[in-house]
Amino acid sequence: MPELKKFQELPVGGTVVWDQTVQPKTGGWRTGLKPTVNLSKCVNCLLCWVNCPDTAVLADNTTFKGFDYDYCKGCQLCAEVCPTNAIEMVDEAETVPALGRIGGEKYGSND
Amino acid sequence: MEATIEIPKKQKKIPYHLLTGAEAAATAMQQVNPDVVSVYPITPQTPIIQTFSKYVADGKATTEIINVESEHSAMSAAVGAATAGARTMTATASQGLALMIEVVYIASSMRLPIVMAIGNRALSGPINIHCDHSDSMLARDSGAVQIFVENAQEAYDFMVMASRLAENEKVLLPVMICQDGFTITHTAEPVTLLDDKVVQDFVGDYKIPYPLLNLDKVTTQGPFDMPDYYFEHKRQQQDAMESFPEALDKITGEYAKITNRTYGAIESYKLDDAERAIVVLGSTAGTVKDIVDELRETGEKVGVLKIRSFRPFPDEKIRTILTGLKSVAVFDRAMSFGSHGPLFSEVSRALYGSGVKLSNYIYGLGGRDLFPADIKKIYEELKQPSLQNDMRYIGLRS
Repeated sequence: MPELKKFQELPVGGTVVWDQTVQPKTGGWRTGLKPTVNLSKCVNCLLCWVNCPDTAVLADNTTFKGFDYDYCKGCQLCAEVCPTNAIEMVDEAETVPALGRIGGEKYGSND
Repeated sequence: MEATIEIPKKQKKIPYHLLTGAEAAATAMQQVNPDVVSVYPITPQTPIIQTFSKYVADGKATTEIINVESEHSAMSAAVGAATAGARTMTATASQGLALMIEVVYIASSMRLPIVMAIGNRALSGPINIHCDHSDSMLARDSGAVQIFVENAQEAYDFMVMASRLAENEKVLLPVMICQDGFTITHTAEPVTLLDDKVVQDFVGDYKIPYPLLNLDKVTTQGPFDMPDYYFEHKRQQQDAMESFPEALDKITGEYAKITNRTYGAIESYKLDDAERAIVVLGSTAGTVKDIVDELRETGEKVGVLKIRSFRPFPDEKIRTILTGLKSVAVFDRAMSFGSHGPLFSEVSRALYGSGVKLSNYIYGLGGRDLFPADIKKIYEELKQPSLQNDMRYIGLRS
């Protein structure tokens, strides 16, 4: 928990300035399941990115990258909208690779 | 047969314009040329935005006017525009201000320097379109600066200065320039105007510290506060108000250099050797000054203290100027039912322990006229020491 600032030290008006603020990792609110992806089934349609109510689906320009668990609340919308069932919700306790990429290296390779 | 036509000699240019308070305020707005004005018409403010809209339609201002469906929306649009980084104004009166109130609190807590031109009008009910100060008093605790003006000239001058006052880096608050409905808004008076260029140079560019549309410096504005931060943010608003008098001195000082008109948080009239005084807001100050002039001719030691800055309230200045007087009548054009008038409560607090005998007079509600004879009678009543903390009503049938 960061030290609480005095009124004189805060930007006025409740303004939150990006580089002067501790980033709240709201993924800590997630309970239950977390999303993972099998890239070999993914067709890079980015529907998950469009539908994520937070910023937990990472994309490099137009290329799907995976999940940012620091912000994912576990709502499962991404898994629901995925047209190829490439996204699978797994137990929170399960250890998964970085970005939740549990399988496949190439999009839509079906390997 | 030829008629002889006498051609008048070329008239000397008169430096005055015949303007109502509303037109004077609108002219100041045209000269300041704000980025956005979001507004909804309401009597007696309507001629402000009507005149300003004409200026925009004629190409004399490049302002984006947002015509909205209510004053709640007008103030909300103003908050959006000001947050984005636009120099923003609005105007309203009475029920319009009442409807805005929720968003006025938000604007001041978000520290948005929105200029609000107010044409003071009684609040419903009963519904009434005429002047009193109950609408501004409803906004008393909103965190907006409140300046009451006496006439069209002051309305113009303060509307020119308002953006600078609001945008001062230590202030950053909404500023309400309150002019009495009809008495000022609809009454034509001689007004001296500055050139557009002079106003533009005086006002300068608008620099908001954190414009929302600046993607190089990303911010979140108006977020939720838990109990661990809300208190600190409210304390900052008090800090802003406490910084206002210094900003007012600086900006009115600069303004005096270009106009020779000096303004302060208060205006003291013939108080130097006075024994009795009336404290008053707005246009009534002008009437009371005339009576003071009359009474002075008969040797009465009387004066007037006009309060321009109601928020922040200039405690120290008032205490300094009124201490030593025998008795003071505070005129309130609004009521706080179950207590004394709002101005009386403030003056009474500022003078606590000073020994000045105070009495409260409620007058002019819903546009009820105040006559010179009433004012003379009150200066007479001030001779009686039994009036301490009395609350009386002027011109009320009882």
